[in-house]
Amino acid sequence: MSLDVATLRKDFPLLDRKVHDRRMVYLDSAASSIPPQCVIDAMSTYYETTHANVHRGVYATAEEATRLYEHSRKVVGGFLGAPHPDEEIVFTKNTTESINLLAHSWGRKNLTAGDAVVVSIMEHHANIVPWQMLAEEIGIELRFLQVSDEGYLVLDDLDQLLEGAKLLSITAMSNVLGTINPIKELAQAAHAHGALIHVDGAQSVPHLPTDVATSDIDFLSFSGHKVLGPTGIGVFWGRRDLLEAMPPFLGGGGMILDVRTDGFLAANPPQRFEAGTPPIAEAVGLSEAIRYIQGIGIDEIRTHERELTSTALKAIDDQFGSRVIVHGPPAGDLRGGVLSLTLEGVHAHDVAQILDSVGVCVRPGHHCAKPLMRFLGVPATARASFGLYNDTDDIEVLLEGLEATAKLFA
Amino acid sequence: MADLEELYREIILDHYRSPRNRGELASPPALRAEGFNPLCGDEIVVTLDVNGGIVDDIKIAGQGCSISQSSASMMSAAVKGKNISEVRKTIATFKTLMSVHEAQLEESDTPEPEPIDLNALGELAALQGVVKFPVRIKCATLSWNTLAQTLDDAGV
Repeated sequence: MSLDVATLRKDFPLLDRKVHDRRMVYLDSAASSIPPQCVIDAMSTYYETTHANVHRGVYATAEEATRLYEHSRKVVGGFLGAPHPDEEIVFTKNTTESINLLAHSWGRKNLTAGDAVVVSIMEHHANIVPWQMLAEEIGIELRFLQVSDEGYLVLDDLDQLLEGAKLLSITAMSNVLGTINPIKELAQAAHAHGALIHVDGAQSVPHLPTDVATSDIDFLSFSGHKVLGPTGIGVFWGRRDLLEAMPPFLGGGGMILDVRTDGFLAANPPQRFEAGTPPIAEAVGLSEAIRYIQGIGIDEIRTHERELTSTALKAIDDQFGSRVIVHGPPAGDLRGGVLSLTLEGVHAHDVAQILDSVGVCVRPGHHCAKPLMRFLGVPATARASFGLYNDTDDIEVLLEGLEATAKLFA
Repeated sequence: MADLEELYREIILDHYRSPRNRGELASPPALRAEGFNPLCGDEIVVTLDVNGGIVDDIKIAGQGCSISQSSASMMSAAVKGKNISEVRKTIATFKTLMSVHEAQLEESDTPEPEPIDLNALGELAALQGVVKFPVRIKCATLSWNTLAQTLDDAGV
């Protein structure tokens, strides 16, 4: 293994938890990651020594809080390769809110009846429903890229689907299949058709190198709590010129330059999109999480998780053969550490329940991707997903639990 | 793990592997209702023929986990041939069995439920292990709520 996981694990107090008298084996990082101690400390220290509302007071702690909050944009922007972090990094509540911001602000301004938005059937509901809501409201057309039997995006009809489209909104990595999509190629295709591209980075940003400039995308969304940070904060990145032309999303304090009885003047980005008191401690925690990841190296994390995925796929195949289906592409460059399992004759809920009895945390269900589940022809899967703190010991316990499940239901 | 063995009793696994009264009756004339658990994607379709106040036949369709499927299977066996008031009573008793823990969890001010006659529940008593797994209670009650809905909709 390329990472010294045994040492790294000491940074994550929650991994010391015992459940049902067993070591807790956390395999649900695709749902939410576990924060390291430094993130918890950064947020506690902020509350213990600094907390005040931002962009308001002139007293010392208010200035310090504002500085910490604004500095978080630089850290996040640096991690994403954003050219102008101070103006381009918008803090939201989570990925879902980021995509809703895009749909409500950019979408309502730029889309009219009959305009097309292209997504794929492997999207999380967060990247489907906001567009369906716009379809209901203003009559846009929603088009879907399909998925092949191997779990890759079908790109054969990409040009056809992009014909006359205004936006391609696509995940960089499937939260069910682990498929890593060719974002740069998709961005080129979108731009060639005069469309913009938004990338749902909820699954990719924590696990793969991200560079918004070299991949030439227009918008990116991700969540703090999947990238070792706290819940309650998400990020929306947009190209500066695009953000400047977008109207506000939520209205209220903090997003205005002036308010009179007959109207208001909106602030510049990013404040224009941050109505109300923002998640200040969460921004402090998020930037600490990103510094922690940068300290380890996102390339090293990717290499580690790719090895882990490869080991797990092989071990499951060796031990269970056709009794266990792992949906999605084979191990390799286009496969992230997400393993959606179907165990022959056993419902995912039961798999997850029995795995819990040996301390293994996986997620059963449709993973907020029902169009994809319909395509796969399964009502639910049990999903195991890796983080940088997982190692081969965790895979062994997963296999032990799967064997116990198979035995009980044999 | 003792709790797990209590959850997955042999009788439950038997009903899961060999569900009773599987299928759908032609509706109409059969009464029909669908139930969904949006959290896990379980779906249940209950169809039943009621003649002269008696459940002459009942069929269960849909898909889901071992708890939801075995509970539905056991339910079909328990209510077939019974009159509606007996069916209503069985539904109430089963839901009481399941709600004991639910009520505690929600700290609701629901009055203490009547003591349950587990003997009267027959095989269904095997499902009492579910209450130790609060997330699974909705799996066990899905078919029962759907059956109650069917009766309510038909006004019987």
